[in-house]
Amino acid sequence: MRAGYVFSEVATGLRRNVTMTIAMILTTGISLGLLGLGLLIVKMTDDTKAIYGDKVEILIYLTADQSKEDPNCLQPLCSGLLTELQANPEISEVYFESQEQAYERYKKQFANQPAMLEIATADALQASFHIKLYDPQRFEVITQQYGDRQGVGSIQDQAAFLERLFVVLNGMRNATIILAVIQAAAAFLLISNMVQIAAYTRRTETEIMRLVGASRWRTQLPFLIEAVVAGLIGAAIAVGGLFAVKTFVLDRTLGALFRSGILPAVSTADLVTVAPILGGAGAVLAAVSAYVTLRLYVRI
Amino acid sequence: MIHLSHVSKSYKTSTRPALDDVSLDVEKGEFSFLIGPSGSGKSTFLRMLLREESPSKGEIVVAGHNLGKMRRSKVPAHRRSLGCVFQDFRLLQNKTVDQNIAFALEVIGRPRSVIKKVVPEVLDLVGLEGKANRMPHELSGGEQQRVAIARAFVNRPLLLLADEPTGNLDPDTSGDIMLLLERINRTGTTVLMATHDNNIVDSMRRRVIELQLGKIVRDESRGVYGVGR
Ligand SMILES: Nc1ncnc2c1ncn2[C@@H]1O[C@H](COP(=O)(O)OP(=O)(O)OP(=O)(O)O)[C@@H](O)[C@H]1O
Ligand SMILES: [Mg+2]
Repeated sequence: MRAGYVFSEVATGLRRNVTMTIAMILTTGISLGLLGLGLLIVKMTDDTKAIYGDKVEILIYLTADQSKEDPNCLQPLCSGLLTELQANPEISEVYFESQEQAYERYKKQFANQPAMLEIATADALQASFHIKLYDPQRFEVITQQYGDRQGVGSIQDQAAFLERLFVVLNGMRNATIILAVIQAAAAFLLISNMVQIAAYTRRTETEIMRLVGASRWRTQLPFLIEAVVAGLIGAAIAVGGLFAVKTFVLDRTLGALFRSGILPAVSTADLVTVAPILGGAGAVLAAVSAYVTLRLYVRI
Repeated sequence: MIHLSHVSKSYKTSTRPALDDVSLDVEKGEFSFLIGPSGSGKSTFLRMLLREESPSKGEIVVAGHNLGKMRRSKVPAHRRSLGCVFQDFRLLQNKTVDQNIAFALEVIGRPRSVIKKVVPEVLDLVGLEGKANRMPHELSGGEQQRVAIARAFVNRPLLLLADEPTGNLDPDTSGDIMLLLERINRTGTTVLMATHDNNIVDSMRRRVIELQLGKIVRDESRGVYGVGR
C-alpha cells in the first residue's frame, strides 16, 4: 500500500465536507485547549508549591513608628518580643528583619522592574519578625498571643494566602478539565458524524474495495487517518490558542508577578511540554471515535 | 468450483425465504446461467457466493473454501479469488478507465510495477485499447461494462460472477458483452451469470439453472430460457 495514495484520498476526504470538518476541528481544538489549560494550572500549582515550599512563614509586621524608632531591635519592647518568640514552644524558627533589610529584599525581588523600585523607599516598608511554626495550622495561636501587643501592626500568614491560592487554582483546574471533557464528548460525536458522512460519500469506493477483496484495515485506513489528521490540526489550534493566551493575557496581566518570582510564570517550555500531550490526546480521541463509528455504522 | 448443499436463506425482514433448500454443483470451467423471475433469489445466490450474505442453513463451498467456517479475516482473500460484475457497472465516476482498474489493484496491495503492466493488458483483452484515459461518463454503457469486466478479470479469478450484466444494454451491445464473457470462460474461468435475457440464454445453449421462489425448478446442461416466455 502506497502512503502517497492513501494521503491523496485523505486530503480529498477532508476537503469534501469542509464545514463539518471545520466544526469538528474547532471543537476538538477547544477541548484540547481547555485540557492544556488544566495541565498548565496543575504545573503552576506545583511550581508555586516549589517556590514557597517550606519557606512559608508567618510575618508579624511592626508598626511604622516602631520600625523607625528601633531599626535594629535593640530596645526592650522589640528585643523582649523577640526573646518571647524564641521561647515560644509553638515556634521553630524566628528572626528579625529590619526596614533596611526588607528594602534590600524588595530591591532584589523587583530588580528588573524600575517602576516598582521607584515607588518604594525603605521608610515605606515595615520591620517584621519571620516565624516558622512546628505546626503551620496553628496560625491562630500567634494572632491571639501577639495581635494586640504594643508595636505590632499586622500579622500575615503566607500559608493561609497560599491555601486560598491553591483553592482557586484547583477550582480552575477542575472547571477547565470538566469543560474539556464535555467538549471532548462533543468532539467525539462530531468526529463520528464526520466519519459517517465520509463513509457515505465514499460508499461506492468502499463497496468496490469490499468486492475486490481489500482488507478491512485497508478500507478503514483513509477514514482513520482523515480523523486523526483533523484531530492533530485541532491540537495545533489548541497549542496556538494557549500560546496566544500566554503571550497576550497572562504575560500582560500577571507579568510583574511572574518576573518578581511571586507567581511562577507559564513558560514557552511548559507549552512545548504540553503540546505533544495535546497532540496525542487529539489523535487518540479522533482514532477511537472513528474506529468505533466504522465498527458500528459502516459495513466494510 | 461451487458446491451448495441444502442452502436456505431467510432475510429477517421477509416472511418467505429468499432461497429454500438449494443444492447444486458447478464444475470448474463451466459457463452457467442463473435464471428466474424477479425476486426468485438470483442476486441472493450470488451474494452468498461472495460471502456478502451468509446462509441461514446449509453449506457452501467455493473453490475449496467452506464459507460457513471461513473466518471474517479470510473473507477479503476469498473475494480476491472471485470477480464480479453488476448491471449498474459500479465504476468510480471521478477516475479514468485505467485508474478505475488500477484502484482495484491498489487497494489489495499490488505493486505499482505490476499494475502498470497488467492494466493495459486487460484493457486490450476487453477491447478498450485507446480508451484508457476516458472518464466513465465519456463511454457507452457497453464500454462501461467492459471496464467493469476488465476490473473483475484483471486478477485472473477462478470464478466470475455476473448479476444481470446486460440488464442495461441493448441487444447488440449485450451480444458483444456475451462474446467477451465467453472468451473469459475459454481461459478456464468459471462463469456464473444471472439474467432475465431469454435471447442470450437461448442463443448460447449453456447450462441453465432456474430458480422460482427460492427453489431450483430446472437444471439443464444445454438449456433454453424456457417455454412460453
Ligand atoms: N437485503 C434484503 N433484505 C430483505 N429481503 C431481501 C433482501 N435482498 C433480497 N430480499 C428478498 O429476497 C428475495 C430474493 O431477492 P433477490 O434480490 O435475490 O431476487 P432476484 O432474483 O435477484 O430478483 P431480480 O431479478 O429482481 O434482481 C426477494 O423476495 C427480496 O425481496
Ligand atoms: Mg437481482
